[in-house]
Amino acid sequence: MKPRTADKIATGVIVTFSSVIVAVLLGLLGFILFRGLSHISWSFLTSVPQTIRAGGGIGPQLFNSLFLLVLTLIITIPLGLGAGIYMAEYAKPGKITGAIRLVVEVLSSFPSIVVGLFGLLLIVNTFGFGFSLFSGALVLTIFNLPLMVRVTEQAFRGVPKEQKEAGLALGLSKWKIIISILLPVAIPNLVTGTVLAAGRVFGEAAALLFTAGMSTPRLDFTNWNPLSPTSPINPFRPAETLAVHIWKINSEGLAPDAMAIAAGASAVLVILVLIFNLTARWLGRVLYQAFTASKVMK
Amino acid sequence: MKSNNGSPVLIKKHHLEDWIGRIYTTFCVSLLVIIIVSMMYFVASKGLTTFIKDGVNVGDFLFGTKWDPNGDNPVFGALPFIAGSFATSLLAALIASPLSICAALFMNEIVPSWGKRLLQPVIELLAGIPSVVYGFVGLSVIVPLFRDIFPGQGIGIAAGALVLSVMILPTITSIASDALSSLPKGLKESSYALGATRWQTIYSVILPTVMPSLLTGVVLGMARAFGEALAVQMVIGNAPHVPRSLFESASTLTSVITLNMGNTVMGSVQNNALWSMALALMVMTFIFVIVVRLLERRHRL
Amino acid sequence: MKLKKPALLMGTLALVLALSACGNNGENKGASNSTDTNKALTGSLLAVGSTALQPLVEQVGQKFMADSKYAGVQVQVQGGGSGTGLTQVSGGQADIGNSDVFAEEKLKDADADKAKELIDHQVAVVAMSIVSNKDTGVDTLTKQQMVDIFTGKVTNWNEVGGIDEKIVIVNRPSSSGTRSTFEKYALGTKVEDMAGAIQEESSGTVRKIVGETPGAIGYLAFSYLDDSITSIKYDGVEAKVENVITGEYPVWAYEHMYTKGEPNEVVKAFLDYMVSDEIQNGDVVELGYIPASQMQVTRDVDGNVTKK
Repeated sequence: MKPRTADKIATGVIVTFSSVIVAVLLGLLGFILFRGLSHISWSFLTSVPQTIRAGGGIGPQLFNSLFLLVLTLIITIPLGLGAGIYMAEYAKPGKITGAIRLVVEVLSSFPSIVVGLFGLLLIVNTFGFGFSLFSGALVLTIFNLPLMVRVTEQAFRGVPKEQKEAGLALGLSKWKIIISILLPVAIPNLVTGTVLAAGRVFGEAAALLFTAGMSTPRLDFTNWNPLSPTSPINPFRPAETLAVHIWKINSEGLAPDAMAIAAGASAVLVILVLIFNLTARWLGRVLYQAFTASKVMK
Repeated sequence: MKSNNGSPVLIKKHHLEDWIGRIYTTFCVSLLVIIIVSMMYFVASKGLTTFIKDGVNVGDFLFGTKWDPNGDNPVFGALPFIAGSFATSLLAALIASPLSICAALFMNEIVPSWGKRLLQPVIELLAGIPSVVYGFVGLSVIVPLFRDIFPGQGIGIAAGALVLSVMILPTITSIASDALSSLPKGLKESSYALGATRWQTIYSVILPTVMPSLLTGVVLGMARAFGEALAVQMVIGNAPHVPRSLFESASTLTSVITLNMGNTVMGSVQNNALWSMALALMVMTFIFVIVVRLLERRHRL
Repeated sequence: MKLKKPALLMGTLALVLALSACGNNGENKGASNSTDTNKALTGSLLAVGSTALQPLVEQVGQKFMADSKYAGVQVQVQGGGSGTGLTQVSGGQADIGNSDVFAEEKLKDADADKAKELIDHQVAVVAMSIVSNKDTGVDTLTKQQMVDIFTGKVTNWNEVGGIDEKIVIVNRPSSSGTRSTFEKYALGTKVEDMAGAIQEESSGTVRKIVGETPGAIGYLAFSYLDDSITSIKYDGVEAKVENVITGEYPVWAYEHMYTKGEPNEVVKAFLDYMVSDEIQNGDVVELGYIPASQMQVTRDVDGNVTKK
């Protein structure tokens, strides 16, 4: 009877600990949403922040976060895909590949403030991009690249060997196999991984303080010329993202409702991450079904 | 296009394709390597200035307990920060590891049918919550709670470690869960066939097999905790001293860097000393990664 | 479809490269057209530095750009801290470096030459009040009592006439401009970091911790004072704007905007706008600073106070 009892106790402990994690998340979400939701309204989401008067919004910051995300993805995806494909398909096991993998791992656990200062000195000052969305996107790329490489490599390695061999038997070139056989099969995992990695872009603050900057110029949302300084889609203007804004009003906010704004903005940020995660799962599932179905038709 | 010149034979299209593909992917990887090498060079050159140009003794820096950069006789002892970083990340790993491993077991062994569908999104959401928000929640909830329960002001290593432990839960859980789900099915089944209970199977078959991967997860979690800045800085108190208890104001490498970097002028001794700490952080990251490597190698044998 | 994928990848890459090329062009343009001699001023300026000064410069920048006279000017304001501001302005990456302290205090020893190149524009005065948790039972402290508290000689509020409660110090990091002002003008001496003392950089966090922690003491700029904390009299002098102006209340410092050499036309227009009566008596006061022009005393780098 004794092993039985041990089994029951162990199961109990495991279930309890798992419930603790769920409870922690629910508690966190509850706390953030409870404090913030009452403050969220359409005008909060669209109006500009106020320095000392109450009633400021987070419109430009919200837009900046989303736009910065798009910019980062434009840079990260082609580079990350390329490097990931190299690691999965071209790299021969050996010292150099080992070294590259080491590099990728180190890069992914680098403190963000150090990356931010590196960005300030090199991208902002030396290359002269200034405090801008573009500088911010480059710095975020440094964070996201390792993730993207890992996701790509895993997705490609996950493709069944038989499919690749079939391609080789047909006499296709290696690149052709990668693009037309492996990539489509890897896409569901790629999309899920990319979207999850992208979620982190929303939360990053320390590195962006020094690169994308802490202020946003007045934006004219009717001006869509990407080279005009007041245009929202100009990548070379400074931009304060939502996470940076939360940090700023928490630390130096003068408005009487600073705390409420911080709470509201945190809630918006968490909701965005929530939407992102749900989209990632849904998209991954849909793509998976689409691709597996097409295989049957072949 | 070199081969076009001499040879009359038209280069086959797929050779060209292959060539472009190879160049392109090699380019991406080289870029990755260039980024990290230039970052390492940059941090190292800045961080070493303290010792080479400013004449600060490496031993004094690593083992000195007094940090007084603005005094008449500036002293740069970074031990309080190094100790703080180790204490918070070790403690965080200590809190997070049992929780994470249990969550991974729950997902893969207890209720494989729906455990993953329940916990996976939870884990991903925890990973997605911005660190500023963690810090803020820590300051609003954990600090007042600790102030009421324990002696002291609530801030300190304990509060920092608790906030960090939640932040590294996803890292450890997802690595542990990956390891568990990649176990060969036969392993478990043969154990059950011998009449072992689930816990016996987990304890004497599954855990020993995945132990190196679990440790990898724990070490990577610690690495993450080591590098985290904003959230820790908000709840740890930031006194540049080795604390006497877990509930007394302390500092970490990251917190002292975030607090002082913007206020000091580039090139001053204090600024360089901060860069030396960044270098220490980088070296630690390397050590963590190498530890992970060694664990994985043992796994393979 | 399948054939196009490599082309697509290359296309995206090309786009990224093109974008980065654009960046360089844009930068050059921004820098070169600031010397237009037309009546309407055009160009851009970048002010970087002190987070304490940032709200003011930001707000004035918005107003400046909204003024039709300066419609062609782009003002960018960034934080990052006084040290970053001074580094960026003396390195030429920023037009204006915002600082809470005199440049000479930050740029010392090997960098002292750099401080000489910088021209100081004092745009406002920021005054600080000693603050405590509401339940300490103390509303005035002498200079000596404060030195004793911040050096750890006095550890309980009942030693300075308050309730029986341990004193919790909420200080700023040693590099902070706010701290150096406090030490110089309130304590008159540098103090070492106490073991167990809390250090926070941001005023919002200091206010939150002092307000919530029993027995806490700290210091905050006037603009952050509210009813969650008690403002403590310094040697019996109340922390009020009028007392700062007369020089009676000594815990204050200038907010500086540094330029490297003489400012160019655009920067000068902005700095003039900053010290114009409209801004000094409007936004400066509104944001909790004290107009530099109203001060009846002046103070130099070494802290010598003279009556105007």
